[in-house]
This record gives sequence, structure tokens and C-alpha cells, in this order.
Amino acid sequence: MKPTDIKNPEYFHKVVDCQYACPAHTPVPEYIRLIAAERYTDAYMVNWHSNVFPGILGRTCDRPCEPACRRVRVEEDPVAICRLKRVAADNKQTIADRLPKIPEQKNGKRIALIGAGPASLTVARDLAPLGYIIDIYDNQFAGGGMMRSQIPAFRLPIEVLDEEVNYILDMGVNATFDVEVDSLRSVLDKNYDAVFVGTGAPRGKGLNLPGLEDAREHVYLGIDWLASVAFEHTGSIGKRVLVLGGGNTAMDCCRTSRRLGGEDVRVVVRSPFEDMKASPWEKEDAMHEGIPIYNNHVPKEFVVEEGELKGMLFEKVEARYDEDGNRSLVPTGEDLVFMEADDVLMAIGQENAFPWIERDLGIEFDKWDMPVVDTVTYQSTNEKVFFGGDAAFGPENIITAVAHGHQAAISIDLLCSGRDVTDRPPPQVTLASQKMGVHEWSYDNAVAPDHRYVVPLAPLEEALANRKLEVELGFDPGTGYKEAERCLNCDVQTIFEEVRCIECDACVDICPTDCITFTGNGEEEELRTRLSAPAHDTTQDLYVSADLPTTRVMVKDENVCLHCGLCAERCPTSAWDMQKFLYNVTKAGQDIPPAGEKEAAA
Amino acid sequence: MSYQVPKFRHPELPVNDLGYTKADYEGSISTLCAGCGHDSISGAIVMACHELSIEPHKIAKLSGIGCSSKTPTYFLGKSHGFNSVHGRMPSVVTGAAMANRDLLYLGVSGDGDTASIGMGQFAHVARRNLNMVYIVMNNGCYGLTKGQDSATADEGSVSKKGDPNVYSGIDLCGTAMQMGATFVARSFSGDKGQLVPLIKAAITHRGFALIDVISPCVTFNNNPQSTKSYEFVREHAEATGTVDFIPMRKEITTDYDPGFSHEVTLHDGSSIHLYKMDETHDPFDRRSAINTLEDHRSKHSILTGLIYMDKDSRELHEVLETSQRPLNQLEEGDLCPGNKMLENINASLR
Repeated sequence: MKPTDIKNPEYFHKVVDCQYACPAHTPVPEYIRLIAAERYTDAYMVNWHSNVFPGILGRTCDRPCEPACRRVRVEEDPVAICRLKRVAADNKQTIADRLPKIPEQKNGKRIALIGAGPASLTVARDLAPLGYIIDIYDNQFAGGGMMRSQIPAFRLPIEVLDEEVNYILDMGVNATFDVEVDSLRSVLDKNYDAVFVGTGAPRGKGLNLPGLEDAREHVYLGIDWLASVAFEHTGSIGKRVLVLGGGNTAMDCCRTSRRLGGEDVRVVVRSPFEDMKASPWEKEDAMHEGIPIYNNHVPKEFVVEEGELKGMLFEKVEARYDEDGNRSLVPTGEDLVFMEADDVLMAIGQENAFPWIERDLGIEFDKWDMPVVDTVTYQSTNEKVFFGGDAAFGPENIITAVAHGHQAAISIDLLCSGRDVTDRPPPQVTLASQKMGVHEWSYDNAVAPDHRYVVPLAPLEEALANRKLEVELGFDPGTGYKEAERCLNCDVQTIFEEVRCIECDACVDICPTDCITFTGNGEEEELRTRLSAPAHDTTQDLYVSADLPTTRVMVKDENVCLHCGLCAERCPTSAWDMQKFLYNVTKAGQDIPPAGEKEAAA
Repeated sequence: MSYQVPKFRHPELPVNDLGYTKADYEGSISTLCAGCGHDSISGAIVMACHELSIEPHKIAKLSGIGCSSKTPTYFLGKSHGFNSVHGRMPSVVTGAAMANRDLLYLGVSGDGDTASIGMGQFAHVARRNLNMVYIVMNNGCYGLTKGQDSATADEGSVSKKGDPNVYSGIDLCGTAMQMGATFVARSFSGDKGQLVPLIKAAITHRGFALIDVISPCVTFNNNPQSTKSYEFVREHAEATGTVDFIPMRKEITTDYDPGFSHEVTLHDGSSIHLYKMDETHDPFDRRSAINTLEDHRSKHSILTGLIYMDKDSRELHEVLETSQRPLNQLEEGDLCPGNKMLENINASLR
């Protein structure tokens, strides 16, 4: 193998598994260390710059970082990254003095944002401090988009939502609420320099089953129903509720039903339990509230007698998987199962809908009637129109919408300053030694053996009695500290300098997880078979040095490195060093101007 | 400074026949200087004992005084240990081995502990062919007292202080052979590929097995003019051949060139495969071994690998015809069999 190019920022970025897995690439270990140091406000700001909604995400994020956490590969559970984010948000001081200054003198460029969800708000947050004039249009009475309409208050208190949405709305943006944009042409006609579409995936899918016509009064689309509860148009539901679907919306529907009078609330899903789309913790939370999940039941028919909905019929199936892992649901042949119901909530998915976008605006639509959007620039085929969030590529999650928003803001800024939108700024990277003394590091390198701490919950009875009572209480600072100490500091990298190495094997001997091998070089596939410990996981890179005096090379399997620093501590010549790698995705207006421009500016 | 090794280990560590991983043979974190050769030898002992599937409680590790003699804390944390008086490890092992022949005795010593204060004990334990492994962690200096030249420092070798050593160095392998040791090997802490099979062979050998391991002192004796520095040993080491230890029950899978290959079956059915580099050296002949050692000495090269092995070694218990059952397990009834037995013995002598 060729010596690893550690100057390529993506190499070490990949080693920080959580940050790499995060769509917005939030520097997770960096803020976890700040939490451990009780610097909650600093930890909050690291998040705020990267993911815009730390308090909201600390409660509701889909947490793609957690399954990626290295801790999963050496013990059972990942660090509770998401809930630590909430610790930062809950314990921070005021951040008013840390928010970017909004220039009085605007730059003359006008941007329209359609929809006031997480993607649009991120665009506004990035562009307002640069002097852009921002106009937001939204059909709800306040900002937040689906965070307001679809996420129940018992998971996300309104105050938390309002606080973080208002940080952005207070940046001098012009927000127009309760307005339905029904024509993109009319927006373009106002001569905006760019338009960002962040309208989400607002249309819930329904099932057109026999009996639906007669049952219609008692059958609701999940997201619409959640919105009407959030906006206090709906305050009750029948005693027996069937929730169809296995995603997070289904979980929110069933748990909300329990709080609005539902006593026998059931989730019925076609797929096997393990294949359900809902996050494992959301399923757990639902079951904790006494909601059974019936899997392998395909809805067949609404049973209506004398004009009254009585229940539904389901066909039992079992999942079979072919050689390629494709699933088919095969009926078991048993009798149809009848379940009683007063109300039925359908939460089987949602989709985009753009009836308000005229098709002659130069915006190309594909065969699924989705706009053609560039996956890097978020630009449509009309150079002034950008898409982001669920509106761009279909339903995802908040953190993905934020990541889209940041990139779209960069594109808009490039477009408005007459530069090429495909000329993306490189990430901002620093690499700094953590050495403080002969055997001392400026990070806490001891590896805590603690198992994941459980977030305390409000008493079940109280929680079910009040739709707005937040169920999760969050970690107290003490538990937050202990959980933060579980972080392995994967951003503190092991840096190897071959010219200093005397090949004494001290690092090989001390490494608790047998990551390091000194051996002859070879092709990766073959080299992997000759390492100190098995190294099958090819998604985890090998760090390979240049040739050493004995013609061997140092090979480090990054897979289960604990970043404990013992290799560097036991190295007599400092050939190993522990260096903190800080990787920040560059935001709009943060990139260093190309050489020449700098002098011109000075 | 870290005072603990993290608890987590590689999730796919291989297990041995007893179901133990290498981690089960480790000890506490080393407090020796970073880069000390001794730590690599500790690592090699851990690997050898793990790969041989020895039950940790069947091992006794004994040492004297010195940097080397601290190391038993850093390996085999679940085995018996005895940190004895300076240079007196051999007599303590002798006593323990006489009392309980069932344990594996692993003596760890240094060049000071063996070649200076312990020279007399070393000579006699070799002469008696006590069934033990005697590992010398040999760095040619007294690291614990700031690096004075030791008795194994080669004449002319220069340590960090800068003065060449004026005395002749003791060659522990040559001395051990002269004294009657039945297994003599030399290795280098920086070469686990050679050291681990040698330790395994030494453990399986019945009788006194010496491994003189050159183990650079990074703090006081790792400058280029020292003959015990990493750099010098790497440049001047010449191996007698490659040694492969094949445990009993394991099939031999490596192909050896028959012309240069020796296979030696040990008493327990395992075997050593020796692939020789030098045709003239016969490690099973003491005269040839001593000659080879001298040849390399005159060439200023360091001979490593298996130097000498007596295939017909008779260890001390065999020589003394002691009881098969360990002495410490004999009951009063075994030791005082009573009047009737006495009469029988007396009758046999009439």
C-alpha cells in the first residue's frame, strides 16, 4: 500500500466516525469534551454553528452518529451523543452576545425562502449575517415547519422550539406567516436574486381500502392529524385507536393518541418488527407507554356496520427474503384478523408535492415528478432556484435538512457574488498536538469503562395525562459528565512520524486493542491478513507509514483504536503523537478568498 | 501519565484451547521507561504462554532485583509470583521446584542480577539442570542505578556516558553451556518472530533453559556506539536459523527444505523445527555450538537463535529420582508409612 496521505482532511475525518456519519458533520467529540469541562455554552455554540438547532436536535435527532460510534465496536452501546447535546442546551448561559452581528447595511441581494422549516431557517441563519435581505414565506402561524406541526410537544417543548427558531427570525429576516405560496412564478416575478424551496414533504400517504368511503370520518392521515393536535384544532380521540405504519410518525401518532383519550391504542405494521422504519428508541418509548406493536399484519378492509366504523381486518403475513435480501411478505393463509377501532390513523409515509410550481419555469422534473436537484449545490435546472430538506430528495430528517441548508446557502452566496456554484470551499481543518508534558495530554485519555447511562423519564401516569409534558427529563449535569467521559475522543488522532521510529515495538506491546503491526508492505487485501488482530472491516482504513529502516512499515488498523494515547506515551522517541483534528464544514461566507483577492481587499 | 490500560480489547481476539484470550495473560501497565526492550520481552512471554494454552495458575514467575526483575508485574497477572533477593532468584526457584514439580518455573533476571551479584547462583542452577526457563533481559547496563556498565557490556562498547567499557564482557550463553545448561538460546527483544517460538521451546524443554535476550536500555544504553542498542543489534545479529515450535496435536503445515531442516521431537510430543542458516553449526552438539559462538564473537557479530540443546536432557528431579507426586502434596501417611513398612525395609536390608 502507498503511505497514507494524512494531509487529506477526509482521512482523519473518517476516523471520527460520529462526525463523519452526521450529515452536518458536527464536531461531536469537541463539544462532548466541553460538556465534560462544564463549558455548556461553548459546547452549545459548537453545535449551533454546525447544526443550528442543538436543543431541538438534542431531543429529536435521528442520531445517525450513534450507530457509527466506535464504542459500539468495543462494547455494547454508543455514547448518548444526542442526549449530551441536550445537556449543553439545557445548561447553557445566554448566547445573545455570541450570535453573529447582522449588518445594518445590506448587500442588496434579495433571497426568498419558501417554507420556514429547518432547511430554510438554516439558509437564513447563514445568509443574514452576510448582509442578504431574506424574505421567508410559510403557511403555518409560526416558524419551524414540521418541527412544529409533526413533532409532539411531549418530545419537543414549544419553548425550546421557539427559542431556537427565534434566534434566526430575530436576525432581521422578513417572515410572512399564514401565507400559502401557490405559485412559484409569482415569487420569481418579485425579482429575487435567488429562491430557496424548503417546503418539506407535506403530503401524507393514504390507503384506499374497501370501506374507506363509509369510514372516512374516523380515518386520518398521521401528519395532518399531528398538525391539528399541535395547533389545538383536535383535542380528543376515540378509546380504541389503530395506528397503521411503522415509522417515527406512527410512533408519534400512537403516543399522542394515548394522551388524547386513547385507551386501547395499537400500532399495526406490515413488516416484521426488526424491519420497522422507526428508530429503536422510539419503538421502546411507545411500548413503554403500553402500546402494543402488531407486526406482519397487512391492512385489508375497514369494517363498517350501519354507517359506523367498527374496526379493521388484517391479513397475517410472513417475511421471506431472497438471495439478494429482497423482502416479500407472503400471506400465511390464516383467517383474517379483526381489530376493533373507533379511529384509525394512517402513518404509512409521506411524499413531496409541488402543485404550486409551474412547469414552465425552467425547473426540470423527473419521472417521479420530483425536481431535478444537484446533490452538491442543491441548485435546480433554473439557476436561481434551490431546493433543500425533504423538498429536495424526499423525506429524511432534521439534521439532513440542516446540512442541505448550509450547502444551499453556500451556493446562493456563490451565485450572488458571481462565482461558480460548483467551486465548493474546502473544509476548515486544524491538527494540533495535545502533548503537555512527557506523559501528559491535554485531553482526558483514560478510557471510562462505564456502560451507557439511561435518560430518566417523567412518571408514566403524569406523562399520559398531559400532552405537553416532556417525557424525557434529560441528564442532570453529573450524569451528563459521566456519559461525556465515555467518549473515546476519536478526533484526537494518532500521528506517526516514521523518521523518528526506532522500531522498539513499545506501541505494539502496549496497544490494548492490537491496532498496530510492523510488517512488510503488501496490497491491502493481503496485508489485512497479516496484522496483529483480525482486520476484516474494510470500511475502516489502514494507516500505513513509509518504509522504516528495517524495510518494514507501520500499519495501524483504525477500526477499534481507543485513542487512549498509550502508543504515544510508551514511544521513547515521540514517533507517535496525539493531535486533535478539528474539522468544520465551511459555511457560506467563511471561505478564505483566493490569493490576490486578499491583497486587493487589504 | 496513564496508570491503567483501558479495559477494552479487540473484539475478535483469538482464544486458545482453554478459551482464554491474550488479555488473560497480561499484567499491570509497565512503569519502565517508554521503549524499554523489557516490555517487548514481557509481550513475547504473554504471547508464548497464551499460544501454548498454559493455565495461568500453573505458572510461577520469579525474579531478583533490577529493571528486569520488575517485569513479572507486567505479565501473567493471574500466575504465582515471587520477587526475591538480588541475585538469589535461582535458589528460590530451586526450593519451589523441589517442593512442587507440577508448576512451570519462569525465572526472570537481568544482566546485573545474573552476571554480577547472582553469578554463583546462576552457575549452579545451570549445573544442576533445574527444570526451569531462565530469561535474562540483557541490556549491558545498570538501568535502575543510572546506567553504569554491567558485567555483560562488551569491551569497547560506549554507553550514553561516553566512556568505552574497558573490561571484557561475560557471554552468558557460553558460560551456561560450560556450566552444563541443556538449552541455550539468544534473542533480541525487537524480534518477536524469533523470540516467541524460542520461549515456547524453552518452556517445553525438560531441564535448564536459558534465553539471553538482548534488550536495549533506551534511557542509558541506546546510542549508536553501544553494542546493545537497537540499531547495532539489528545490524550485527546473525541468526543460527529460524525456529518454529509446533505444539503436540498440531499438524505441521510449513514446508522445510530437508537439507537444512532439523525436526526435534520433545518429551511431550511437540516438536521444534529448526531451519538452519549455517550448515556447519549443529545445535545438538555442544562442541559445535561453542565453536559457532566463538566464531561469531571473533567476527563481532551477535549470534541469535537456538544455539544449543541437549535432546537427552535429564532434569534435576529425574537425577534425584524424587517422587512423581510433588513433595508438597505428600501427606503424613506417605512420609511416615508406619512400622510395617519399616520392617519391610529393614528386612530387605538383612
